[in-house]
Amino acid sequence: MRDSLIILTFFAVGVVLGVTGVLPFDISQTDIAMYALYALIFVVGFSIGNNPDIVSSFRKLNPSLALLPLCTVLGTLAASALLGLILPQRSVTETMAVGSGFAYYSLSSVIITEYKGAELGTVALIANIVREFLTLVAAPLLVRWFGTLAPMAAGGATTADVTLPVITRYSGEKYSVLSIYHGFVVDFTVPFLVTFFCSL
Amino acid sequence: MKEINIINGFLYLLAKLEIMFVVFGFMAAGVLTGWLLRRHRAGWTGKVTMALIWLLLLILGIEVGSDRRIVESLPTLGVEAAVIAVVSLLGSCLAARLLWTVVRRRENASKKEGRG
Repeated sequence: MRDSLIILTFFAVGVVLGVTGVLPFDISQTDIAMYALYALIFVVGFSIGNNPDIVSSFRKLNPSLALLPLCTVLGTLAASALLGLILPQRSVTETMAVGSGFAYYSLSSVIITEYKGAELGTVALIANIVREFLTLVAAPLLVRWFGTLAPMAAGGATTADVTLPVITRYSGEKYSVLSIYHGFVVDFTVPFLVTFFCSL
Repeated sequence: MKEINIINGFLYLLAKLEIMFVVFGFMAAGVLTGWLLRRHRAGWTGKVTMALIWLLLLILGIEVGSDRRIVESLPTLGVEAAVIAVVSLLGSCLAARLLWTVVRRRENASKKEGRG
C-alpha cells in the first residue's frame, strides 16, 4: 500500500508540473521515458539472471497458462459489451473499442480519434491510462482478490514492459516470462480489435 | 480503404516486431549480465526498479497535465472513462481467476496421482 501511495504522489506531482508548465522543456518530446523503460527491462532481466532459483521455477509453469491472453481479451470484451448496454450515451461497439485498448492508451486513442472523433478518443486515452495506472497501484489487491494471474490480465498489453516490474513483484518472478508473452500477444490484438469495433 | 487497413496493419506488425526485438534484447542482456554476476547477489535491483517506475509515472503525469484537452475534459469524460476502465479490468480479472482455479485444480490432481 505504501508503494502505491508513493506512485500516486509521483503521478500527481507530474500532473501539477504539467498543468503549471514550470518545466523548461517538453518531456514528452524527449526520449527520457523510452530510455527509462529500457533500463527498467534490463534491471528486471538482471534480477532474473542473478537468481538461479527462478530458472528452475520456469520449468514448473503449467502449459495451460498459455491461454491467459485469451482470457484477458474475452473477459475485457464481455465486460465492456455489458457496460455498453447499460451506459445510455455509448453504444456497445464504442465501449468495446475503448476496452480493446487493453491499457495501450497511446495507440488505441489515436486509432479511435481517427475513426470516431476526439471525444471518444479522449475517453479511450483516459480509460486506458486509468487501466494501466490501476494495475500499477492495485496489483497486490488484485492478487488477493482474483489470484496470481490477475495483475497480468489487468495490465493487458502493457505486461511486457511498463507493468512487468509490479507483476514480477506481486505475482512472483517465475511469472515474468508468462507476463512478457502475455503482453506481446495482447499488444498484437490492439490495432486489429480497435479498428474492427470502430468500423462496426 | 480496406487495402489501406491491411497495409497499415502489416506495417504496424513490422514496427512491433522491431520493438519486440529491442525489448527482448535488453531483457536478454540483463539476464546474461545478472547470470554472469550470479556469485555476487545484487540487493539493489528492487530499489532501482521502484525508482524507474516513479520516474515513468512522473513523466506520464507531466504528459497528462500538459495536455489541455485531457485536463479540461477530465471532470465529464474522466468519470465515464474510469467506469469503462474499472469494468473492463474486472472482466479480465474474473476470466484470469477462472483460469487460475482450473490450473490449480489440475496441478493438485496431478500431485495426488504422483503420490499414489
